[in-house]
Amino acid sequence: MAITAAAFGVVYGLAARTAGLSLAEAIAMSVFVFAGASQFAALGLIAQAAPWPAIIVLTAVLNARHLLYSAALLPWLRPRPVAERAVIAHLLTDEAFALSLHHFQRLGRTDVGGYWLAAGLIFIPWNVATIVGLLGGQVIPDPRRFGIDVIFPAAMAALAVLLVHGRRDLVAAVVGVAVAVGLGLAVDPALGVLAGGLGGPLVALLVPGPRPGSPATALAEELDPSLGATP
Amino acid sequence: MSLGLVVLALLMGAVTYPSRALPLLAPGLERLPPRALEYLRLVGPAVLAALAAVNVAIVLDPARRPSFQVGIEWLAVATCVALVAWRRNLFVGVIAAAILVALARASGAA
Repeated sequence: MAITAAAFGVVYGLAARTAGLSLAEAIAMSVFVFAGASQFAALGLIAQAAPWPAIIVLTAVLNARHLLYSAALLPWLRPRPVAERAVIAHLLTDEAFALSLHHFQRLGRTDVGGYWLAAGLIFIPWNVATIVGLLGGQVIPDPRRFGIDVIFPAAMAALAVLLVHGRRDLVAAVVGVAVAVGLGLAVDPALGVLAGGLGGPLVALLVPGPRPGSPATALAEELDPSLGATP
Repeated sequence: MSLGLVVLALLMGAVTYPSRALPLLAPGLERLPPRALEYLRLVGPAVLAALAAVNVAIVLDPARRPSFQVGIEWLAVATCVALVAWRRNLFVGVIAAAILVALARASGAA
């Protein structure tokens, strides 16, 4: 997980440099936001000169999935002091959640040290790698010559693929692409991304959900048992 | 060194933190309807795919007028997607895409 975070962080640093962020701005994103997908999405919108409110709305919606993680960890972390839980929350990522929940379930008890270790193994490499990627990109005279400009769309497409677990996810992605490109060509690319990102899921909800017992259903129910009732 | 986007980073952090903290700090607030939770889950693949597509399919001229483009970037992104779907390794896919584009440009094919 730490190696993956570091590799991904280098890619983010390179993409941030291509989007025109300074070192301080790239680090600020990695420290204050600390959520890879939304950080990449923000880079894309910044490069398209999108207005800040659009970037902030998209960030909020993209990161709303953390509600599920936080709720799933609550039974384990409820006895901890409020101040500690407040800090724990900031370091909650997809990876920290997966590692710590598995660890708690395996032990059958809360091991908060295990949480800090999991979170640290993501937070520290991610931020160090952001610096490495951005500074490393600065010594490359012409990033296009080395294909660095394709890193951002390639990483976005790959992340989307990793998030597709069923028909609904696929429909959301395909409709998102169609709306984004269509509206992007007709009006503005940044508006297209926002409309595709928010409209694709609406269409996808019309698709029948995963069958009971499928891997997607099992994962959703592990995150939140109430999702089992999703039609 | 530019610092303008540090404020944007703070605002992005400010809208992200409640999702992470509310259930841990104020139990019960996370109880959104299942349909809403499913919608939020689907935003991830939709917006990421949209971003990728817009970045490879649309170029802006100096007056910010969009136009459709087809180039080696399409093949590079498709290669990355295929590799990631096969190996489940983001880094390998991204590096392969960059190498493909670099080779095509160095050879004059793109």
